[in-house]
Amino acid sequence: MTDTEFTGEEAVETATLPLDAWHRAKGGRMVEFAGYWMPIQYEGIMAEHLWVRESAGLFDVSHMGQLLLSGGGVAEALETLVPGDISALKPGRMRYSLLLNEEGGILDDLMITNEGDQFGIVVNGAVKWEDIGHLRENLPDHVTLNHNEDYGLLALQGPKAVDALSRLVPEVASLVFMQAIPAEWQGHAIGISRSGYTGEDGFEISLPNEALTAFADALCAMEEVKPIGLGARDSLRLEAGLPLYGHDLNDEIDPIEGDLAFAISKRRREEQGFPGAARILGHLADGPPRRRVGLLIDGKLPVREGAALFDGEDQIGVVTSGGFAPSVGAPIAMGYVPRDHAVPGTAIAAEVRGKRVHCTVAAMPFVPHRYVRKQGG
Amino acid sequence: MPRYYTEEHEWIDVDGDVATVGITDFAQGQLGDIVFVEVPDTGAELTAGGDAAVVESVKAASDVYAPVDGTVTEGNGQLEEDPALVNSDPEGEGWFFRMTLSDKSQLDGLMNAAAYKAYCDDL
Repeated sequence: MTDTEFTGEEAVETATLPLDAWHRAKGGRMVEFAGYWMPIQYEGIMAEHLWVRESAGLFDVSHMGQLLLSGGGVAEALETLVPGDISALKPGRMRYSLLLNEEGGILDDLMITNEGDQFGIVVNGAVKWEDIGHLRENLPDHVTLNHNEDYGLLALQGPKAVDALSRLVPEVASLVFMQAIPAEWQGHAIGISRSGYTGEDGFEISLPNEALTAFADALCAMEEVKPIGLGARDSLRLEAGLPLYGHDLNDEIDPIEGDLAFAISKRRREEQGFPGAARILGHLADGPPRRRVGLLIDGKLPVREGAALFDGEDQIGVVTSGGFAPSVGAPIAMGYVPRDHAVPGTAIAAEVRGKRVHCTVAAMPFVPHRYVRKQGG
Repeated sequence: MPRYYTEEHEWIDVDGDVATVGITDFAQGQLGDIVFVEVPDTGAELTAGGDAAVVESVKAASDVYAPVDGTVTEGNGQLEEDPALVNSDPEGEGWFFRMTLSDKSQLDGLMNAAAYKAYCDDL
């Protein structure tokens, strides 16, 4: 809701992350993002991006909201707000889901973990306060919501992440993708999941603010690990075909349009009872009017967010994310096009500074995911 | 051959009535990895302070402005194939374009190397 975005709480000062001094000492170039000073890069986006694909990179994502839901019937209560099968989520497992408004528009995308005695939710930093408000307003009184601001969140991503992290927390080697465990490091209670936002194998580690610096130092002392900034986080997730909320997803886009049909669990499709079910199931059955697609760009000119997409003289859509993809070696983008154009191989054009650039609708991800789904496989 | 600098971090080498223009080492360091450069067409008429070229890093597109009035005589075709030249040799092989000078007195408003260094140190 862009028209209300700046009302109410303007003039909020940019906040600092618990690792602020650590980032600056590591040479991080700090920019404002989601209300925080965050490192956009250290040595350079290209080098950092490629390092994550071949080794392991440490990301500070402590700006994200870490919420804890406890009380009776949390899964059932959550299912009134998201379209995933939360009741079937076993302890120690996590699932990607979507917070929906009454029209089926996406308020945020989030990770829900069954932690046994409670559910953990990780939401986007840029909309965490809106999410908390929405949850407080819509969850029943017997569900208690805590915003855990005492913990930070780090992500260690890349093919060597498991080697590095298992030196500190040996049990992580036995996890599979989307599995989570409580653990301990130097007397601190921490939470670890095998998950991430790069398409690579990796982990997300929730730990107390006072332990963040020592933990980050312990990882970065290993030859496999370097700190990675927001710039590479964006190019990595773009290559992995993963949408960024506020850019590729918003409250007017439903999950089918957003190419996230997998997040509507089978049981929920049958039973319905989630916000916007009529629209969403209609789009699932008949096809959505528009859909998020990947775009391979001819030539070297980057096509960025906001670029109009054309079929001949007709504007048919818009780019929602785009840029140079270091592992592809060419520009790529994602954007929305009408259903009949959302077929891989469809030739369209993007407009950049008055010039038409040829592009081709492409299947995503652009770089194959390398998640570890089975142990010993 | 005197070299002048602008507050927008362009450099300009003047040789008689012709000048070579590029972006400074400071500018390329701020931009980061450069993946695309759009140089002006030969014959394009430029106005001091007006758009002349575009440089795209991994994260963003940035305009490069004309330091003085004049006509483009040549764009650096090498940047099409190898835009990273702007990172590796910004004040040499990574030049953007050459232009005639319509009004040499405009050079008086630009900085010399010492003044530009002091300007960057204050940023």
